[in-house]
Amino acid sequence: MLTLIRIELYKIFKKWRTYIGFIAIGLLVPLIHIAMLVEGERTLNFMTQNIQQSFVFVGNLLNGYLVSHITLASLAVHIPFLITLVAGDLLAGEATSGTYRLLVTRPVTRTQIIISKFLAGIIYTNLLVLWLAVVSLGLGIILFGVGELIVISSETIIIFKQTDVLWRFTLGYGFASLGMSVVASLAFLFSSLVENAIGPIISTMAVIIVFLVISALNIEFFAGIKPYLFTNYIMSWRLFFDDPIDAAEVIKATGVLIGHIAVFFTSALIIFNRKDILT
Amino acid sequence: MTSEKIIEVKDLSKQFKEIKAVDNLNLNVYRGDVFGFLGPNGAGKSTTIRMLLSLIRPNQGTIKIFGKSLTEHRIDILKNIGAIVEKPDFYRNLSAFKNLEILGRISGKEISKKRIMEMLEIVGLEKRAQSKVKTYSHGMKQRLGIAQALLHDPELIILDEPTTGLDPQGMKEIRDLILKLSKDENKTIFLSSHILYEVELVANRMIIINKGMTKVEGYVQDLLKSNLLKVIFEVDDVNLSLEIIKETTWRSKLESSAEGKLIFNLDNEEVHLLNKILVENNIKVNAVIPTRSLEDYFLKITDEAA
Repeated sequence: MLTLIRIELYKIFKKWRTYIGFIAIGLLVPLIHIAMLVEGERTLNFMTQNIQQSFVFVGNLLNGYLVSHITLASLAVHIPFLITLVAGDLLAGEATSGTYRLLVTRPVTRTQIIISKFLAGIIYTNLLVLWLAVVSLGLGIILFGVGELIVISSETIIIFKQTDVLWRFTLGYGFASLGMSVVASLAFLFSSLVENAIGPIISTMAVIIVFLVISALNIEFFAGIKPYLFTNYIMSWRLFFDDPIDAAEVIKATGVLIGHIAVFFTSALIIFNRKDILT
Repeated sequence: MTSEKIIEVKDLSKQFKEIKAVDNLNLNVYRGDVFGFLGPNGAGKSTTIRMLLSLIRPNQGTIKIFGKSLTEHRIDILKNIGAIVEKPDFYRNLSAFKNLEILGRISGKEISKKRIMEMLEIVGLEKRAQSKVKTYSHGMKQRLGIAQALLHDPELIILDEPTTGLDPQGMKEIRDLILKLSKDENKTIFLSSHILYEVELVANRMIIINKGMTKVEGYVQDLLKSNLLKVIFEVDDVNLSLEIIKETTWRSKLESSAEGKLIFNLDNEEVHLLNKILVENNIKVNAVIPTRSLEDYFLKITDEAA
């Protein structure tokens, strides 16, 4: 199995499309950081304008932690597209290139093939989120230094001590990885159904957009299905920047996301095991 | 050749929606055979091969390879099969060497770099070992396909149209390689083709299928010998010719007559005898065109399929 996973990772990282996500993050995040360097103080003032009359802010609030937090919040919705580029190609790409035949006629089970491809896809996804964390947090700390993290929501303002931040980022990025793994699993499922990688990429994005729209609409009709939409939980990494952390909500969100991964993966496994390889 | 069955297919059928691609197919391949699997395009050859390699599942029937059920012992069986299925496709952005290295790692056997280079040498690609496959011509990919099929030294080699896209020299090299593998290394080879001539040159046994059904099966030499020659005599006067043979045994060997043509089923030795009789009776014989009935039959089903 390890050999198969290594082979799948090798194949993934030998494709140009794999690096699109890393390049996009490598360009976008520094751009956001530069913008924050130029306009950061004004942005911070704008964020805190309603409370400046009641509080006096001292210290380095525009720091690497704040910039990384803003970056993660703004990019988490866009990263799925970068993930589907690779995850949607994992099975469909083999069909397109006709290499299913090479794989399936080797003395390995179809289940082993599916597991290795899936795990390679998940590893890629996690590496992409890790790259986001390294660039966002690393560059943020280099450019802006460290300090207390101010997190402003519609109802609360929380200021975390400098020593209370890194573990939250670790768990936050970890949870973001889990959310992105659901996206990768969905793209993987679509990839098992078709013979061209474009289909899974478009389908996954279409599902995410539709789910996000449904989640955003305050219509009673959708109230019953909203708790089951994985898009509702993708941004739940924010729970780690709350005080106290709502453990029950974290467990629920984690359960829903893992449940989605399990359903998507199992479906892909069943489909692939029953599939006639005709390409 | 021994009586040990390497492939045993019983009542195999596969249906795609309304199309019955393979219909109650039965065949046996014995150890050491070069087994020609012949049929026109769309006859069901590739579907059968895909079922032999577990790429697709049959609707009905059983497949035994090396005496074991394919469904129950798939992994064990595939360790000892090397195959080319239809067109040779590889990971285009990887080199030929890397492709073989990857396939070697999942072949169930230890494949050394030396072995990979040996295989590339056999198919004449050693100088392009490090070139990406996307720079390869169709013929080169076909050769690489053969290299990957032989890489793990399998007992059974399944080749689906292995000479497609090759130049005449390349075709000859592949035929020579098949004969060498059979004679020197006692490999069993299942060779699919839509060219009778190609099968004749290398196979000892063969089957012709059409529309998924067996049409002819047996030893190549027997099939070719046992069939009488179908001979077309192009003559200047068909009516007079018919009159001459009317009261003779030649009449029973006449298959049909048409404008300027008489078609007989004859032994090899009877051809010149009949020619002599016609000439002696002042019939001008413009041409004598022999065709084997097996070839004729194969051409007929090929034409029907086209």
